[in-house]
Amino acid sequence: MIAFAILAVLIIASAVFVVSASRPVYSVLGLLVNFLCLAVMYLTLDAEFIAVIQVVIYSGAILMLFVFVIALLGSGVRAFSVGPNRLPRILAPLSVFGVLALGGLLFVIVQTVVPSLPQATATTSAGNAGVFGSVADFGQALFTTYLLPFEATAFVLMIAVIGVIALAGDIDPPRRPRPKRLRDREPILKERS
Amino acid sequence: MQVAVANYIALSAVIFMIGVGGVVARRNPLIMLMGIELMWNAANLAFIAYAKAYMSNAGHIFAFLVITVAAAEAAIGLAIVVIVFRRSEHVDVDDVSVLKG
Repeated sequence: MIAFAILAVLIIASAVFVVSASRPVYSVLGLLVNFLCLAVMYLTLDAEFIAVIQVVIYSGAILMLFVFVIALLGSGVRAFSVGPNRLPRILAPLSVFGVLALGGLLFVIVQTVVPSLPQATATTSAGNAGVFGSVADFGQALFTTYLLPFEATAFVLMIAVIGVIALAGDIDPPRRPRPKRLRDREPILKERS
Repeated sequence: MQVAVANYIALSAVIFMIGVGGVVARRNPLIMLMGIELMWNAANLAFIAYAKAYMSNAGHIFAFLVITVAAAEAAIGLAIVVIVFRRSEHVDVDDVSVLKG
C-alpha cells in the first residue's frame, strides 16, 4: 500500500509535468520518470515481462525516437511555438471538463469495480502466485493460446515501418511529379533556402 | 497489504485525463504525442491491474499488443511531424488543415 501510494504520487506528478513542461525535452524527461515508475508498479502487480518491455521498448525505443525528433527539429522551441500557449486561455473550461469527466469515471469505477471484486484479490495470492505473470507463463500463453494476435502484432509493426518509409523516406524526389497543391507551396520552400 | 484493484483503475483514470488535457491544451505536436503515450499507459495499467485481479494472462497479452501498437503510432506520428516540419519551417498545429475538406 505504501509502495502504491509513493508510486502513484510520482506517476501523477510526472504526468502533470509532461503536459505542462515548457520544452519538449523536459516533457521527455518527465515521461521517462513516468514510464519507469509504471514499470515498478507493473512489478508489484506480478507482470514481470510487461515491466521489462515497458523499460526496454517504451523508455528505450519510443522515448529515444522522441529525443531524436526533438534534436532534429531543434528542441522544438523555434519550430512549434509560434502562437501563444493555449493552456492559460482554456485552463478554466478544461479543468471544469476534466474534473467532471474524472468524477464520472471514478463514479463508474466505484459502482462497478468495488462491489464485483471483493474477494478476488483476497483469495488469489495463495493458488498460483509463483507462476502467474512470470516470463515463462507469459511466453507459454503468447505462443499457444494467443498465437494469432502475436502474428497480427508483427503485421502491424511491418505496416508501420512501410508507412514511415513511405511518409518520410522521400526516395528520389525530383523524379516524382508534384501535384498541384504542393506546387502552390513552392515559395515557402524557396524562402527557406 | 493488498491494494484494491479500484485504486489502480482510479490512478489509470487520472493518468488518462492528464493525457487528454495535454492533447487538448498544448499546441506543440510532440507534447500532444506524449499525451497520447500517457493515455496508452493508462490503458495498460488498467489491463494489468485487472489481469492481477482475475489472475488471467489475457491482460498481459493485451498490454503487450497495446505497447506494440503504441510503438507503431509513435513512429508514424513522429514521421508526420517531421514531414510537416520539412514542408514549412514554422508550424502551428492549427494551420495544418490541408485534409480538412
